[in-house]
Amino acid sequence: MNASLAIFFVLAAVAVAAAVSLILQRHPIHSALSLIVVMVALAGLYLLMGAEFVAAVQIIVYGGAVMVLFVFVIMLLNAGEEEHTNFSRLAAYAGIPMAVAVAGLIAAAITRSTLPPAPDPTALTSTKSLSMLLFQDFVYPFELTSFLILVAILGAIVLAQREGN
Amino acid sequence: MSEFLHQYAFLVVPIIKVAILVLVVLTVDAYLTWLERKVIAHIQARWGPHRVGPHGLMQPLADGLKFIFKEDPMPANVDKPAYFIAPFVALMLALTSLAVIPFGPQKFTLWGYESSLGIADVNISLLVLFAITALGVYGVALAGWASNNKYSLLGGLRSSAQMISYELALTLSVVGVLLIAGSFSLREIVEQQGTSNLGFLSWNLLGFGQGIGFTQIIGFFCFFIAAIAETNRVPFDLAEAESELVAGFHTEYASMKFAMFFIGEYTSMVAVSCLATILFFGGWLSPFPASWTFTYYVPSLLFIPFGLWMIYDGIHYENIFGRIVLPGIGTVLTVVGIALILFPPANHLLQGLFWFVLKVFIFMFVYIWMRGTLPRFRYDQLMSFGWKFLLPVSIANVVLTSAVILWRMH
Repeated sequence: MNASLAIFFVLAAVAVAAAVSLILQRHPIHSALSLIVVMVALAGLYLLMGAEFVAAVQIIVYGGAVMVLFVFVIMLLNAGEEEHTNFSRLAAYAGIPMAVAVAGLIAAAITRSTLPPAPDPTALTSTKSLSMLLFQDFVYPFELTSFLILVAILGAIVLAQREGN
Repeated sequence: MSEFLHQYAFLVVPIIKVAILVLVVLTVDAYLTWLERKVIAHIQARWGPHRVGPHGLMQPLADGLKFIFKEDPMPANVDKPAYFIAPFVALMLALTSLAVIPFGPQKFTLWGYESSLGIADVNISLLVLFAITALGVYGVALAGWASNNKYSLLGGLRSSAQMISYELALTLSVVGVLLIAGSFSLREIVEQQGTSNLGFLSWNLLGFGQGIGFTQIIGFFCFFIAAIAETNRVPFDLAEAESELVAGFHTEYASMKFAMFFIGEYTSMVAVSCLATILFFGGWLSPFPASWTFTYYVPSLLFIPFGLWMIYDGIHYENIFGRIVLPGIGTVLTVVGIALILFPPANHLLQGLFWFVLKVFIFMFVYIWMRGTLPRFRYDQLMSFGWKFLLPVSIANVVLTSAVILWRMH
């Protein structure tokens, strides 16, 4: 077993454990903190694949901006601990068999399929080639996305203004 | 043993470097508190610490001991996990940010492993720093929320809102530098500032003789203001406005947990000063043109008079301890200064580090100076300044710099 495989297993285990903890935690803040750990562990996995830029952006955007917003909202709303409800009957009779079936299907699909050869990792991961893709080959979809974000920002401002009046 | 070292040099060398850096940084942090108290005291026509050791030089040691032996009570009804990890997050992220900073130009080979001055020499070091800054909000926000105290919560919310707001201006203000250098690597950014033989004129701040370069004085202005806000220092220290919020987010912390926030704050100040030095002030480059070899004696010219003055000052000190310690330090400085003249290779080796440390020290002094002179912002002033002035100006700087680069390329 080489070093990068060992690091992969450690990061993957951290990510999965944090994801499970995200669901099991009762307090929203603890769930949000678990999600941050998942994000950072994923960034570590990207780094392991040689995608340094994506890893840094993953932490800046997801670990930083998005999750800070989550934590902020939870703190401002002062959301308290959630209470455990009784296990619903629908979940017991329909949910668990469905979950098992889906897991089985995915496992079957993975074992039967032959994976395509891994693409050249250096082609996509360097900052330069990534920006070439974004700002040259896919510049119109990229600009369209930023337009979409602008619309969302305007929407937020309009909603906030209405609240004030 | 030697074989083991050769085989695992890629692990051993970084661990040694990390240990040295952490020791140095913690000592520097401790003495920064001494410097801060001393400088502010003199600004306010007081003496500052002067009881513990000569000129109060043992004060940081006494403070450290006090922190260790203080009781560490946990307030009632705190959110235990968050309360416990918040200071660790704050300190850990601050220390991690120093890992990607290059401190000097040299590369050396130890046990067959090539290494450089600085822990990790990654080609996206600036992005790594911004990633760490982005996570830095959590220490403050969690501490404020977990303490179960209104003042803490308000302080935590204020400072995290402030950090989020100024992070945008901070990131955008360095885009001009990135455009000129064409790289995210801090080492390459410094090296590119030294390509011409113009000394300090070719630093990114002024940007002469760099081909496509353009003065980044607006960028530096935005960067420095945003960086002060990002480190929660005066005049942006609303998070710990003692007249309104007791001590803000760390009100409920005592003993080493409080010390961790404190060390974290000073370490981020050091990191930000290093970053400003690298991005705008030529990093380890000398302010004189590289062809002026006689400027290699500048460190000696600084060390020897200062050492001699310390000897002179020390023998007149009031108690016997000071009369031994101060001339001792002075002698060491003088000897180092003379040794640098006598051994040119050592002098050559230390040049980069000397200029880097000097520039960072000047930035730290400006930080302290501002604390001694400027009043605090009001919260709404802070927000409108960040969003309505600093952010548009830094965006304008990006547009202007790109336009000039485009124009010079054609």
